[in-house]
Amino acid sequence: MTRRGQSMVLHAVLIAGGLLTLFPLLWMLSASFMSNGESTTFPPHLVPHAATLAQYRALFLRLNIGRAFLSSTIVAATVTVCSVLFGSMAGYAFAKLRFRGREKSFGFLLTAIIVPPQVGMLPLFLLMKTLHLVNTYWGVIIPSMVTVFGIFLIRQFMLSVPQELLEAARIDGAGEFRIYWSVVMPLARPILATLATFMFMSTWNDFMWPLIILSNQSHHTLPVALANLLGEHVLDVELMMSGSVVTVLPVLIVFLILQRYYIAGLMVGSVKG
Amino acid sequence: MKNNEARAALLFLAPAIIILSLFFFLPVIAGFALSVTDFDLYTLGDVHNLRFVALRNYRELFANPVFWTAFGNTMYFALAGGPLTVAVSLFAALLVNAKLTRWKALFRTIYFAPVVTTLVAVAVVFKYLYHPRFGIINIALGALHLPQPDWLGDPHFAMPAIILLAVWKGFGYTMIIFIAGLQNIPEELYEAARLDGAGAWGQFRHVTLPMLGPTFLFVGVVVAIGQLQIFAEPYVMTQGGPLNKTLTIVMMMYQQGFKFWRMGYAAAVAFILFLVIGAATLLQMRLGEKR
Repeated sequence: MTRRGQSMVLHAVLIAGGLLTLFPLLWMLSASFMSNGESTTFPPHLVPHAATLAQYRALFLRLNIGRAFLSSTIVAATVTVCSVLFGSMAGYAFAKLRFRGREKSFGFLLTAIIVPPQVGMLPLFLLMKTLHLVNTYWGVIIPSMVTVFGIFLIRQFMLSVPQELLEAARIDGAGEFRIYWSVVMPLARPILATLATFMFMSTWNDFMWPLIILSNQSHHTLPVALANLLGEHVLDVELMMSGSVVTVLPVLIVFLILQRYYIAGLMVGSVKG
Repeated sequence: MKNNEARAALLFLAPAIIILSLFFFLPVIAGFALSVTDFDLYTLGDVHNLRFVALRNYRELFANPVFWTAFGNTMYFALAGGPLTVAVSLFAALLVNAKLTRWKALFRTIYFAPVVTTLVAVAVVFKYLYHPRFGIINIALGALHLPQPDWLGDPHFAMPAIILLAVWKGFGYTMIIFIAGLQNIPEELYEAARLDGAGAWGQFRHVTLPMLGPTFLFVGVVVAIGQLQIFAEPYVMTQGGPLNKTLTIVMMMYQQGFKFWRMGYAAAVAFILFLVIGAATLLQMRLGEKR
């Protein structure tokens, strides 16, 4: 086969694969603009014959999905800010401050990575119940406020910050917090962006723990609200598709803007083993 | 000076230590303790009803055929879904990374997009795509005069349908890791292979595969560990049916623990999940050493 022929076959396969990959998402988007029943007609409509916002109107006006959108935003934003702050503090201490038992305690912390989160969920629920945090945003937020992955990610980055920089600041009389905040943190911006992107997306997409801790509809995050909606509206395909779009679109947009940072985090995660 | 640093370190670590101990380590340890009690709805009402039952929950679990069904389904999902995901992602990585390929970044982003989508939302989408009569998949199969299974309603097809969703959702992640691995293979090796008269297949067989080999196994186990925790797909798409064919370990834990409030029994299920994942992790570490 000629080089030109090879290139054509290669790109044909790549484009076919791309269309296949995007199809479910494109169909979701398209069906969300259809009127009731249009997505199940035969022969099927791939694009709406008369695009309508009726599903989104029902979703926001009648079914109050805006409430779940707000809940998801509050939870994901709080988790992101807290996990970046606490993770960077701990990661900095493990990388740059000298204290006894540093390597041992860090090694112990890393064992947490092999424990599946489900193992702690039953007692965690009982703990939250004791603390009266069931059906509150804090019940979802607190367990994700610090992740071992985040500490690990930041520590690996901070190891490369030159020690002389810190010593120079110390000689200039800067306090430990000041060194962390005004010397180290500005240098760490890329890795902070990575962790922030990671935490925002994983919290937004999280399902099992919010499902357990938020039994009251008023606090449901989008994935929980969507799963709930499916119970009552399983026949309203177009409505469910608009709900799916509302759930997926924010993370897809965040990913498209910040994918450089997200993929960097993924690579660190994959070489840690 | 040193003393000062140690004091600062303690303050910097305090939020992480407090939160991780209280809301991660403590619950995990308590989980094991819970699994040897009869914690149930009555205990939830009055904690004095709590009894130590030693290994009774485990004995009951091992005698329960439903548990073995859930266990088998989870293994089926991980052992079929894992390798399939790895195979698809290797294929995608080879195509995206090929020398002739243009718009590499675009294709990479497209193939990666499903990874970042919300699992619950795409499970809802696939539930409709799999509809026996109106779903696009069966309409397409019908147009090709192929059989049109009732994907999520047929005991033989429900788990494969969920596996397909998982492969679609997950292959982009491993593809990225493979692309990095491919880029680390020195070009000279390919040149040497070409001088020895190796064609495209020969180069793949004798250079790419051996050089990727360790990454290959490692990635497969990482995927499998994630897949052992499968929950949202059956929860949204099948509720564990038909005939318990998509009931998984985590789903059983959720049902026993948070539907029937048999928390001691559910904790035993969770502990078994921990053991299975621990075993898979050990295997992964062994493979990691070889890498």
